[in-house]
Amino acid sequence: MNKAFGIVNFAGNHIQVDGLQEYRPVGAFSFLGRYRIIDFPISNMSNSGIDNIQVYVRRKPRSLTEHLGTGRHYNINSKRGSLSIMYAESNQVNDIYNTDIAAYIENMDCIERMTQPYVVIAPSYMIYTADYSEFIEEHVESGADISLMYHAVDNAKEEYLTCDTLNINKQKGVLSIEPNRGNAKNRNIFMDTYVMTKELFLDLVNKAHKMSSMYTFADIIDEECENLDIRAVPHRGFFAAVTDFKSYYKANMALIDLKNAMNLFDKDWPVYTRTNDSCPTKYFDGSKVTSSVVSNGCLIEGSIENSIIGRGCVIKPGAIVKNCVISAGVVIGKGVHVENMMVDKHARLIRGKRIIAPPETPGYIKRGDAL
Amino acid sequence: MKQNNMLAMILAGGRGSRLHELTKKVAKPAVSYGGKYRIIDFPLSNCANSGIDVVGVLTQYESVLLNSYVAAGRRWGLDARDSGVYVLPPREKADANLDVYRGTADAISQNIDFIDTYSPEYLLILSGDHIYKMNYAKMLAYHKECNADATIAVIEVPMKEASRFGIMNTNDTGRIVEFEEKPEHPKSNLASMGIYIFNWKMLRKMLIADMKDPDSNHDFGKDIIPAMLNDGDNLFAYKYKGYWKDVGTIDSLWEANMDLLSKNNELDLNDPTWKIYTEDVSALPQYIGADAVVDRAFITQGCVVDGEVKNSVLFTNSKVAAGAKVIDSVLMPGAEVAEGAVVTRALVADGVKIGKNAVVGSADSANIELVSKRVKGDE
Repeated sequence: MNKAFGIVNFAGNHIQVDGLQEYRPVGAFSFLGRYRIIDFPISNMSNSGIDNIQVYVRRKPRSLTEHLGTGRHYNINSKRGSLSIMYAESNQVNDIYNTDIAAYIENMDCIERMTQPYVVIAPSYMIYTADYSEFIEEHVESGADISLMYHAVDNAKEEYLTCDTLNINKQKGVLSIEPNRGNAKNRNIFMDTYVMTKELFLDLVNKAHKMSSMYTFADIIDEECENLDIRAVPHRGFFAAVTDFKSYYKANMALIDLKNAMNLFDKDWPVYTRTNDSCPTKYFDGSKVTSSVVSNGCLIEGSIENSIIGRGCVIKPGAIVKNCVISAGVVIGKGVHVENMMVDKHARLIRGKRIIAPPETPGYIKRGDAL
Repeated sequence: MKQNNMLAMILAGGRGSRLHELTKKVAKPAVSYGGKYRIIDFPLSNCANSGIDVVGVLTQYESVLLNSYVAAGRRWGLDARDSGVYVLPPREKADANLDVYRGTADAISQNIDFIDTYSPEYLLILSGDHIYKMNYAKMLAYHKECNADATIAVIEVPMKEASRFGIMNTNDTGRIVEFEEKPEHPKSNLASMGIYIFNWKMLRKMLIADMKDPDSNHDFGKDIIPAMLNDGDNLFAYKYKGYWKDVGTIDSLWEANMDLLSKNNELDLNDPTWKIYTEDVSALPQYIGADAVVDRAFITQGCVVDGEVKNSVLFTNSKVAAGAKVIDSVLMPGAEVAEGAVVTRALVADGVKIGKNAVVGSADSANIELVSKRVKGDE
């Protein structure tokens, strides 16, 4: 199955995750302890037989390049496959120029060189599993020009507010792409996931580039809805979009429930990530852990409730961790009570004994910070 | 090879028959240990961390799984140019019939051609079924410092247990003056760890002579070392301090796993400077349920705990259902304990399911119960 190559796009300018994004692009965010968000689109592609993948990065590429490496851990054929990091120089003058179209134009020769007739584009800020080989198959059979994947939700008034929605007719034809204005409960959230021929993709990129310097790929698709046959394909299963800090926190917390996790993970559809060679986690006398997802390499002596713990964390005696998302290598000191917090990598919470945010507005502790 | 001119050979052909069903289909070095490892990960990771680039693994008994497992040298970082893990089962040669490895020394003798292709100055012989962390580069430095012909790693064992081991009697410079295999009245407590560094040229000659000797057992402990001592060669004992375990029985395998629960366990698997590498498995992080009780445990990825786990080690993808109890036990990869079942002082083998409300093992049993077949519960 080598019909398509893959593009993993960066998060657009409308996505702003306070705190975390200062250090790395959304795709490199730690997720559910042992993953990074970008593991999901790349594993989807790899499991779907897509072995040639371009990952677009716009800023702070260090953690992403380190994580992706050669792509070998994604089970991509080491000879016939490739995982390329496409770095697009950011325009410093005005962020409106930093679109996905600009990045594709900059790397045009690399896209032209791809030998597969189709391209699948997926975002690096959404968490879902989907079989792209079925998606491509369905697309080819339908005879449509472009197929887009969407997820029907009933909470679009409060959630997915920075996402796009698909306005579709009964035949699943896409009439337009519109921002979610939060005025209706039921919406078809656009998953920023596309399939089309490489040829059409290149045409549209060039067209968008000529029309407006601030156009994104979604903009040109919206513009072409009248001229092209664009179909919507529904997605089922777990779906989350990381568009701001709160949605990041919530997407993590949602997966503490094993039932939800079973909607995302499937033993026949592995989600690959880079191994860290951490040993198993040690729970000492006096530790108390409930309703939590724990990664390897931790030393746990305190209490953890309803939280996600990253690799290699140390939870000291008497510490209380509640409703938290803790990244890798964090130390929670003796007797420290931390609640409703996202604690970024390598932070050390030692001296401040009560670090508690209200449940409706979870707090953020900076990467490598000492409290 | 370039790093220190030492090539390592790991003896991994043993069956380990006292591990019963655990080694029915896999050789002892491939037995799972410590939640996510296989025993052979230890010597292989030690090699990688000690700067040894080329490792030969001598396999024989039930070697299908072991061969494919160790062949993926990249798991231990042994995949750079001029580096690699070579699986060496007995083979037919142009000038010799296919023959099994008749002993530890014979396994090396039959691979002289392989070793010669690297023309190493030193040869490190290791056992594939010991659990320990050791920097072989330090041992090599000692070997050179002593100007030794061979250096044997030794560990101090309690005097009353010394008669179970091969004992090295040394003079005050550390030179070995006598070797006694399982002596009734041991004169020292320095037990051989089965780790040897030889000067390759010298060993090569000894091995060729040994191959032709009809009375030889072709064994390092029984033949080669005594012969070298007889010849007056320079043999030195390298004292190792730290965790070392040869898991020969179900009880000792269980015990070695239990050792991981203690706070100041000498085998610190969390040490970032000396990681033990293993197969990379795609599994979820561990899920600890709302009513779970986890008290003193060593748990790895893919585990789901909804019941009670006390003083136990849970291997990859093992599951403890709500209301189940796992106490003083080891659940090997993929083992599952259904609702209401109670597992005490047991070692549940890979993929074995314990049915609903079943009771396995007991708190006051003398030995650890090995559960290698499905235990039916209430339907």
